[in-house]
Amino acid sequence: MTVPGTWYLTVAAVLFTIGAVGLLIRRNVLVMFMCVELMLNAVNLTFVTFSGMLNDIGGQAIVFFVMVVAAAEVVIGLGIIVAIFRRRTDATADDLHMLKG
Amino acid sequence: MLAATHYADWSVFLVASVIVLAGAIGVVVSRHPVHSALFLIQTLFGVAVLFVSQQAHFLAAAQVIVYAGAIVVLFLFVIMLLGVDRSDDVRFEPLKGQRPTAILLGILGLAEAAGLLHSGSWATGSTSVAGPLNGTGGSNVELLGRSLFSTYLLAFEVTSALLVIAVVGAVVLVRKPAAGETDDAEETGAQSKVSRS
Repeated sequence: MTVPGTWYLTVAAVLFTIGAVGLLIRRNVLVMFMCVELMLNAVNLTFVTFSGMLNDIGGQAIVFFVMVVAAAEVVIGLGIIVAIFRRRTDATADDLHMLKG
Repeated sequence: MLAATHYADWSVFLVASVIVLAGAIGVVVSRHPVHSALFLIQTLFGVAVLFVSQQAHFLAAAQVIVYAGAIVVLFLFVIMLLGVDRSDDVRFEPLKGQRPTAILLGILGLAEAAGLLHSGSWATGSTSVAGPLNGTGGSNVELLGRSLFSTYLLAFEVTSALLVIAVVGAVVLVRKPAAGETDDAEETGAQSKVSRS
């Protein structure tokens, strides 16, 4: 690994920040969901980098589990979004403050 | 020869990083959800390249198959299915000062992460239970498979239960109520409409 791990960690930190800021400034729930995926990917990149830096396979094993949990999370989240859209035509986060139909 | 691989590694890293960050910014600033999804694919591919450059070959393949293949297709399905593929006005700001505050918080968080990175004292005193990444021989896939099916076997089995629960939950969530069966949520919605009018 010629490129030092710190560079990968920096890229992951910037990616996480972009995802977090996007989650805060966007109101479309689908785009907010995609920003959560960006943050998950930044964390995955950090895990893989530490796995390389510390010579430990555990970092890559946990990325595998993060991917599984992310897949389950997307399935459930998109199911909720479909259920919301069945009742109303618009779904910005501001319209969903009632926690009921 | 050494210098050549050195330059190759650095150029791969730089190109992949630019792809990742440009895609991430594209996800956030696109007005159209479909464009956001396509930029998300770009970012996920870039992260897969960064995985390959760090010898995580299995995870790079899983990243492309699971994320870019399945998850983004699911996103696109929902966008197309619901007909929400219209752009929203990103300049409209219902909450005053939300955007500057969010950007300020982001910069603060990034500065904090950079500060931690610069101080660079990792608390890594414990010995690994998962095994070394290289040294015992064998490919990355073999090592990861051995670790998953021995050290993390219980967690691996639990993820199968999690996936089954997620599938059942998704079916229950989007199921249309059968004819004759009363839908509580719909009734309360109708009532609130009546009381509003």
